[in-house]
Parts: sequence; C-alpha cells; structure tokens
Amino acid sequence: MQHEIPSTDTSVVHEAQHHPISLYLKVWGYLFLLSTLSYLVDYMHVQGIVRWTLIILFMLLKAGLILSIFMHLAWERLSLIYAILVPPLVLLVLVRIMTIEADYAYWTRAIFMGGGG
Amino acid sequence: MSNAMTDRRDREVLTPSLREIAADWSADQEVFRHTHWGKAMMWIFLLSDTFIFSCFLTGYMTMRASAVLPWPNTAEVFALTIGGQDIPLVLIAIMTFALISSSGTMAMAVNFGYRRDAKRAALLMLATALLGAAFVSMQAFEWTKLIHEGVRPWSNPMGAPQFGASFFMITGFHGLHVTCGVILLLIIASKVARGHYDRTGDYSSVEIAGLYWHFVDLVWVFIFAFFYLW
Repeated sequence: MQHEIPSTDTSVVHEAQHHPISLYLKVWGYLFLLSTLSYLVDYMHVQGIVRWTLIILFMLLKAGLILSIFMHLAWERLSLIYAILVPPLVLLVLVRIMTIEADYAYWTRAIFMGGGG
Repeated sequence: MSNAMTDRRDREVLTPSLREIAADWSADQEVFRHTHWGKAMMWIFLLSDTFIFSCFLTGYMTMRASAVLPWPNTAEVFALTIGGQDIPLVLIAIMTFALISSSGTMAMAVNFGYRRDAKRAALLMLATALLGAAFVSMQAFEWTKLIHEGVRPWSNPMGAPQFGASFFMITGFHGLHVTCGVILLLIIASKVARGHYDRTGDYSSVEIAGLYWHFVDLVWVFIFAFFYLW
C-alpha cells in the first residue's frame, strides 16, 4: 500500500481522522432519534403532504449525517465532495421523465384497458 | 498581457475554494492526488452504485404511480404480532436500528484503526459484521413471511402486482450488498487482528471498508423512506 502522498498531506489526513469517539456516539444518537421520529410518522398515521414532507426531511437529515460525519465527507477536499454529490443531481431529470411516463401509463390503463392490466 | 488580466479577474471573481477546484480539475489526473487511491476508487464505485439504486427506486416510483390496482399498505404488510398485538412495521424498525448501530460501530472501528488500536478496531468491525448478519437474517425472515403470504415478483394477493416486483428487487439487491459487506468486513477484521496493517503502517483499508458499509446504511435510509414509509 505504498502511494505517493507528500508527507505534509499524510499528516493532514491523520490529524483529520482524530475525532473524539463522543462525536460518533452523538451522531449515532441523532440517527436513532431521527429513525424513531420517521417511524412515529407512520405509527401516528400522519397522512398527506405533512407525512411526505416529514419523511423526506428526516431522510435527508439522516443521509446528511451519515455522509458528512460517518463517511468523513465534511473533511474531504471540495473537489472530491463535488465529484460525488453533483452527478446524482442528474437523476432528478430521470425522475421527472418517469413521472410523465407513469402518468401516461396510468391513464392508458384506466381509459383503454378498463382499469385492469 | 491578456493572461495577466484574466488572472486578475479570476482572482476577483472566484472564491479561494472555487479556485482550488479549478486548479485540481485542470491538472487532469491530479484531482484525487491528495486522496488515498483506494478511497478515491471506492468513492467512484459508490457513485456508480448510487445510480444503480436510484434506477431501482425510480423504477419503483414509476410502477407505483402507474399501478391501477391499490398499493398494499406497508404498515400492515410488515406488521408483526407481538404479545397478541399487531405492531405496524416493527420488523423494519428493528432492522433500521440494527443497521444504524452497525454504522456507529464501524465509524468507531475506523477511528480506532487510525489510532493504531488494532484490537478495538477488529472487535468493533466484528460487532459491525454481526449486526449486518442479523440484518440479513431478519430480511430472510421477512422474505419467507411474504412468500408464504403469496407475494411473488409477478403477482400479489394484496393488490398491485408491481409491489412484489419492486419489493424483491430492491430489498434483494440491498441484502446482497449487506452480505458482501459482511464478508468484506470479516476479511479486513481478520487482517487487522493479525497485525497486517501494523506492518504496512496504513490503516486506510479499514476506512475504505467503512465507506462501503456506511453506503449500505445510506441506501437503507432511502429504501426505508420511499418503500416502507411512503
């Protein structure tokens, strides 16, 4: 596992990894809390737009905590962070296209296939 | 002359961090020079995996939005009877907590690895692998339950047939990832325990295995939200 990293950079990397264990325990606690909250959304039968907003909110908070603290993204170089986080944004285009497609398929089934199929 | 002018304008317009990105990317293969090569490769793999799981979830969205028959209520489908009482979605909640806990132990294993505490790192990785194995076992139990209830990838007695297809596809692929992760963790943990990384002086492999494991947890966060709770 020999690789060419200038000595200054290795020291930076090692400094960056020396977070106190309490940080991980804290994030662990937050993740437990957020999971419980999203479970409660279902348990309390919250419906409609409030339900979807809460689910997405808790999901994004959990994903952010895992990415930034557990996966150490908060301490990486910006180039790497952008290389990882920007490409998935194009998926929103796919989602948009597929919403249109699903709408079309639904009405085709409902109107021309007698609600079956 | 014109070069000097562009330089000055760049310096005025761009913030230091944006200039750092420009410098990294304009240096071709130098982009990831400051990152351990294994870590950069793992991140690129995870990025491609993100697209695979996103395609599954988008496919699930399309199927669910175009289904004419009613979608089964996941809270009831995944309910368990404990002490004579139906608790909705309880198995999925336990699985979620198991996976989050495994992520916590993994993050600490990485930390102890960088502190060259081989014993604690190996033990924590073993705990992570055990929690992962518990997760897969619960998933196997859930699959068995649904198959007994007559859910198939092409049909399902509770409503929309698309439910079975997306359930088996998404959770199956995620379960496969967890299984691979458990094997990877066991291999790396045994290498840690045997002092392999003390000899090479490089504990990056623990962090790279950790990245994979956290990603598996990350994917579950999205599956939990979109498939089970939506």
